[in-house]
Amino acid sequence: MGDRFEPRIAVLCCNWCTYAGADLAGTSRMKYAPNVRLVRVMCSGRVDPAFVLRAFQDGADGVLIAGCHPGDCHYINGNHKTMRRFPVLQRMLRQWGIEEGRIRLEWISASEGDVFVRVVNEMTEAVRALGPLDWRTRAAMVVPETTHSPAE
Amino acid sequence: MARIGVFVCHCGTNIAGVVDVARVAEAARGWPDVVFATDYKFMCSDPGQALVKDTIVRENLDRVVVAACSPRMHEPTFRKACAMAGLNPFLFEMANIREHCSWVHEDREEATRKAIDLTRAAVAKARLLEPLQSRTVPVTQKVLVVGGGVAGIQAALDMANAGLKVVMVERRQSIGGRMAQLDKTFPTLDCSACILTPKMVQVAQHPNITLHTYSEVEQVRGFVGNFSVTIRRKARFVREDVCTACGVCIEKCPKKVDSEFEEGLGKRKAIYRDFPQAVPGRPVIDREHCTYFQNGKCRICEKFCEPGAIFWDDQDALIEEQVGAIVVATGYDLLEPDRLRPWGYGRYPDVMTGIEFERINNATGPTGGRIVCKDGREPQAVAILHCIGSRDRNHRHYCSRVCCMYALKFAHLIREKTTATVYNFYIDMRAFGKGYEEFYDRLLHEGVKFIRGKAACVTDEAMTPEEQGRLVVVAEATTLGEVIRVPVDMVILASAITPQRDAPEVARRFGMGLSPDQFFLEKHPKLEPFGTATDGVFLAGACQSPKDIPDTVAHAAAAASTAMSLVFRGIVEVEAQTAEVDAEACSGCKVCQDACPYGAISFLADRKVAEVNGGLCKGCGTCVATCPSGAIRGKGFTDAQVLSQIDALFA
Repeated sequence: MGDRFEPRIAVLCCNWCTYAGADLAGTSRMKYAPNVRLVRVMCSGRVDPAFVLRAFQDGADGVLIAGCHPGDCHYINGNHKTMRRFPVLQRMLRQWGIEEGRIRLEWISASEGDVFVRVVNEMTEAVRALGPLDWRTRAAMVVPETTHSPAE
Repeated sequence: MARIGVFVCHCGTNIAGVVDVARVAEAARGWPDVVFATDYKFMCSDPGQALVKDTIVRENLDRVVVAACSPRMHEPTFRKACAMAGLNPFLFEMANIREHCSWVHEDREEATRKAIDLTRAAVAKARLLEPLQSRTVPVTQKVLVVGGGVAGIQAALDMANAGLKVVMVERRQSIGGRMAQLDKTFPTLDCSACILTPKMVQVAQHPNITLHTYSEVEQVRGFVGNFSVTIRRKARFVREDVCTACGVCIEKCPKKVDSEFEEGLGKRKAIYRDFPQAVPGRPVIDREHCTYFQNGKCRICEKFCEPGAIFWDDQDALIEEQVGAIVVATGYDLLEPDRLRPWGYGRYPDVMTGIEFERINNATGPTGGRIVCKDGREPQAVAILHCIGSRDRNHRHYCSRVCCMYALKFAHLIREKTTATVYNFYIDMRAFGKGYEEFYDRLLHEGVKFIRGKAACVTDEAMTPEEQGRLVVVAEATTLGEVIRVPVDMVILASAITPQRDAPEVARRFGMGLSPDQFFLEKHPKLEPFGTATDGVFLAGACQSPKDIPDTVAHAAAAASTAMSLVFRGIVEVEAQTAEVDAEACSGCKVCQDACPYGAISFLADRKVAEVNGGLCKGCGTCVATCPSGAIRGKGFTDAQVLSQIDALFA
């Protein structure tokens, strides 16, 4: 590995398609960059933008949101909400100075282990090229507390 | 303060071969609230589960984390173990250090570091888990079977014979499917219709089976145990309660149309049944081709129908059925014909597919069972080309599994009925089933010629006088190491079995996944090849992968018995990880109502707050992420739980 920068990437993905696709990559013994950490939610529609902000705030260098292909959602259309939220999230991150390449939305089905591997590898290289984000120090002044949930 | 136990699995060498499992357990011992951590060879084994159970009791654990395989694999196993030791099963969390770690990474250090991270995240979430209660709901005592081929027939009869009500839906006019088109079956050479048609009749006469042919499932709602299904019963313009299936109308109808059942080699009428032994025997009118529907004249069928069953005002009917489980048995299609052109299909009349040959060889088929070329001559030589589109990266990667054997069957039948020389061009002979190798051996001694080499193309360009006016199969004979040209009169293509063309759409309708090859995705390739991602939806037959008849029947019987064990139990547990509105925090904006795909959220007008119906909620959490007030909790995936995982991974 040497002194090469090793980015840390969060994958926020749904249980039914992308998590299963990553499982398939495993059962098929495909190899990919060890830089990603998956966080499973039941549907990509559950991915609160606050999760993404928190990952960046914690020190992640990139975030991948992934779910079922449009029309294939296990919950009929939860991923449509993800799709519609994403441009807003992108714009928000841009305003905070987070480069576009650090956030990505992908549809990866349970049968697309190879796509999961490709996306993870591509993203790792793209974020590696961007260098460390270190958003905590960069943006400590402008970012409010991301937990918003009085229900907790 | 929580008391968390962490169990790290070796999975033999599957995990321990790459990840330093002892180091993962050791790291876990240093984390807050972890009071016990160990590694063990096989956590899912009996002693492994006993270890979890005993430790829960001995250490008074109130949370359990197992770092092993995918939760999609063994979460239910360990939840059950927790419950047996008196711990609420939802106080269990799993870290996936096999599929997502040891199997995809090679560097021991990197993999171990990742395994520690993933386990730490699971512990962080576990700390915040809450006990949840599963609720049970009654299961509707009826099963839907989609598809009336041999798979659907077997599943329906098994369930109906056990006393269960079954609704069968078939898209065509008759049940019977592909098997009804076949002439003889390998390796026993018994007549396909002779073994299938009695079963078709049993389906039609069974008091527990409601048969809807010429119908399709349009919509599926609900969940395991409680599906509501909308079936479109296509207009048939023949009154079923009046028609006696005498067939005079078919005889008199002047309009001839290519028969789907005869693969376009024969004709049917515009009022038709798929084949003479069709079940049900009552014909339907094909609106698209009927002369009366096309230009308002004819009505000959009506004139000759003595009982007066023709009913021009018939319309599609939507039928609602409530069922507890669904068996999908929608069968297969064959490789797109345009892909067969290199082998002469569509260019030379005497190049045909295997299923077309089945019809030609069949006594009820277009030639009355005589094996003849298009010009009526008996062929002097016939070539059977294996693996056309199967085991071929340009077309379908997989083996279609039945072709080697039906090619042998064809060779035998051709030699029985004609004096033709038969050539089999094969890559490998796959004679894997009971009695199959013996059948292959028999054919080797019957004088059939076997050429090891896949046919590259079929041409009519003659290079020698002998090739003049014939079809020439060009192949590399790999045993000789040279390209050979074999002139023949008839070519049969063993074209690949493919998923039905509308498989993606059907998968969506029933909430199933697709394999990379587009067949329906099973729940587990070995242990549940008949289950799907949606509980209560089962697979039978070749819609899951290419299968021969014995395998299809066994698969269908397995799907039926699994559906029965679900339905006869009478109750089913529903999702416990549902959403819940905090009425205090809810601003009554109703955004969640639009976000919910299931209509599970209602607005209480008097209190001006939203409320989730736990029976309808599937726990997707879309409303949770949508609520601008943060007033909805997604049980099992609360904001705090997910954020704690993110913190554990990246902070």
